[in-house]
Amino acid sequence: MKTLLMGNPNVGKSVIFSRLTGINVISSNYPGTTVGFTQGFMKIGGESAQVIDVPGTYTLEPACEAEEIASKFLEMGDVVINVVDATNLERNLYLTLELLEQDIPVVVALNLWDETRHRGIEIDLDRLRTLLEAPVIPTSGLTGQGIKDLVESITSARSSRRVQKSREERWGEVGRIVKEVQRLSHRHHRWFERLEDASVKPVGGFIMALAILASSFYVIRLIGESLIKFILDPLFQNIWKPYLMKLSGLLGSEGFFHGIFIGKLFEGTISFTQSFGLLSSGLYVPLAMVLPYIISFYFILGIIEDTGYLPRLAVLLDTTMHKLGLHGYAIIPTMLGFGCNVPAILATRVLESRRERFIASTLIAIAVPCTSSQAMIFGLLGKEGGRYIALVYLTLLIVWILLGFVLNRLMKGLSPELLIEIPPYRMPPIRLLVQKLWLRIRGFIIEAVPIILAAVMVINILFNFGIFGIIADVTSPLITGVLGLPKEAVVALILGFFRKDAALGMLALLTLTPKQLVVGSVFLTMSFPCIATFAVLFSELGVKNLIKSVALMITLAFSVGGLLNLIL
Amino acid sequence: MEKALTELKNNECGIIATIQGGRGVTDRLNALGIIPGKKVTNISSSPFHGPVTIQVDRTKIAIGYGMAEKIIVLAE
Repeated sequence: MKTLLMGNPNVGKSVIFSRLTGINVISSNYPGTTVGFTQGFMKIGGESAQVIDVPGTYTLEPACEAEEIASKFLEMGDVVINVVDATNLERNLYLTLELLEQDIPVVVALNLWDETRHRGIEIDLDRLRTLLEAPVIPTSGLTGQGIKDLVESITSARSSRRVQKSREERWGEVGRIVKEVQRLSHRHHRWFERLEDASVKPVGGFIMALAILASSFYVIRLIGESLIKFILDPLFQNIWKPYLMKLSGLLGSEGFFHGIFIGKLFEGTISFTQSFGLLSSGLYVPLAMVLPYIISFYFILGIIEDTGYLPRLAVLLDTTMHKLGLHGYAIIPTMLGFGCNVPAILATRVLESRRERFIASTLIAIAVPCTSSQAMIFGLLGKEGGRYIALVYLTLLIVWILLGFVLNRLMKGLSPELLIEIPPYRMPPIRLLVQKLWLRIRGFIIEAVPIILAAVMVINILFNFGIFGIIADVTSPLITGVLGLPKEAVVALILGFFRKDAALGMLALLTLTPKQLVVGSVFLTMSFPCIATFAVLFSELGVKNLIKSVALMITLAFSVGGLLNLIL
Repeated sequence: MEKALTELKNNECGIIATIQGGRGVTDRLNALGIIPGKKVTNISSSPFHGPVTIQVDRTKIAIGYGMAEKIIVLAE
C-alpha cells in the first residue's frame, strides 16, 4: 500500500514524515528542498507500508514544476494523509477540498495542534469531521502527539468522492467551514511576532540580516576553531602521533613504503600538515582541518534553514536580485549552495524560467563556495587572520554581483515577479537538526575522506616516479605565470574537479604565502564545479548551457585569479 | 476607494476587488488564498519598488511590485 503525505508548504509535513517512518530525512521550513521526493516505510498493523513525502503544494492545479510533480503522485497512491496547518485553516482547506473530490481515501492530520491554544484558536473537531466527511486527527510533529491515531485511521479511511466544484465554489465552502468550526479569541501580540514583521521591513530587516550574517560567521569560526584546538589536534598530536612514530621506526624512517604511509619527516618527527603520508597528512587534513568546520557550518545552516528566515531574506533582497536577472526567491538556492552546490542547483527548479535557472545555477557554481570549500578556506587562512578570509568572500561576492549583472544584460527575457509565503518563525526541532547534521557529516566522511586519501597516495606515487614534475612543468606558464602559484599547485587544481575540499587540502601542504592562498582559494572556488555539481548542471541545464557555463567558469577563474595576483 | 495594493500604507487594510492579470498570475495568487472578497493588510512595502508584504487570513505573503500593482483593493 502506498501512502501519500500531501499538504501546503511550511505545515511541518516533513516532520510528520520522519515521525511516521523513523528514517532520516531532510526537512526544512521552506518550499524547494522536497522537490524530488523522499520515501520511507511505516508499520500498519504489523505490515510494512510505503510512505511518500510529496513536495508541498497549495493546489492540485499546478502552477510550477514542483506542484506538477505533486499532482502526478496522486495517480500512484492508495491513500492520502493530508497535513493541514491548524493555525491557518483558511488557506489549507482549499487543497483538502480538492483532495476530497478525488477518487482516493483521505485522512486529515490537523498539524501544529499544540500551537493553536496560545494563538487563541479553538477548533470544533467533531463539526469539522462531519463537514469534511473524513477522519480528522489532531497532531503535533514536534511532540509526536496523534501520530499513532493517524496510522490507525489510515486503514479505515474511505474515498468520499465529493462533487467536483469550481474554484469560486471551493473558496466559498472553505469560508463557510472555517466560520462554523473555528473560534478566535483575542490575544496580545507576542514579542517575536513583532520580530517576524521587522525582518521584512527595510531598515529593521537590513540590520537583522547583517546581525545574522555576522553572528553566523563568528559562531562558525568559534565552534570550528574550538573543535580543532581542544579536541582534534590534541587527539592527533598526543595519541595518534606516538603510534605513527613507532611505525615510522619499524619502516626504517625512509624508503618507498615509509614515503607512502608516513611521508617525509621534519627534524626527525612527523608534521601533520607537511609530511604528506597516507596515515599522517592524509588523515589529519580531512579529519582535523576540514571536519570541524563541516560540523560548525552545517549546524548553523541547519538552524537558519529551519527557523523560516530565508523567505524573509528573499523579500529583503528582491530589488537587488532583479538587477541580476533573478528575483528574491533565488537567494534560497543560493544560500543552500553554501552547504552544497548540488542540492542548491536542484533547488533552482522552483524558479519559473529557464533563463533564471541558468543565471542562478551558473552564479552558484562560480561564486558560492560549498561547505567543504569554506571549511578549507577557513582552515587555510584562519591562522593568517580574518582579513584574508574576508578578502576571499569579498572577491566572490563582487564576481557574483558583476556576473549576474552582465548575464542579465546579455540574456533575453525579463525576470518574473516574486511571490512567496512568509512562514512564521519556528523553533527548529532539535531532533531533526541533529539528524540532519549527522546525515551531512556521515556524507562527508563516506564521500570525501576516501578521495583525499586516494589523492594523497596517487600524488605520493607520482612524486616518487617523477611524473608529477613533468605535469607541473607543462602547466607552469599558466599556474606560475598567470596565478603566481608554485607549479606543484597544479595537482591541487586538477583534484578540484573531484573534491574542492581535497584540493584545498593539497594547497595546505605546499607552504604558500597568504597572498598565494587567497589566489588559490578564489581560483579553486570559481574554476570548475566538482564532479557531482558538474553532473547536476548537465542534467538541469543540458549540454549546450553546461558548456557555456563551464567556459564562463574557466575564463573567469583565470582572469580573477590573475587580477588578484597582480593587485595584491 | 479603489486603489492598487502597492498604494496601501503600512497597517492599512483593504478588500480585494479585482486581479487584473492574465490567467497565470491569477492562478498563482488564488492558490495562496489571494482572491476577490478577501481582506488584506499591508505589513510592509520595500523601497525602490520592491516587494509588498501583506497578510491574508493568517498567512503572510510577499508579492513582487509588478504583480502587486495588478491587485486592486477597496481601501477601508
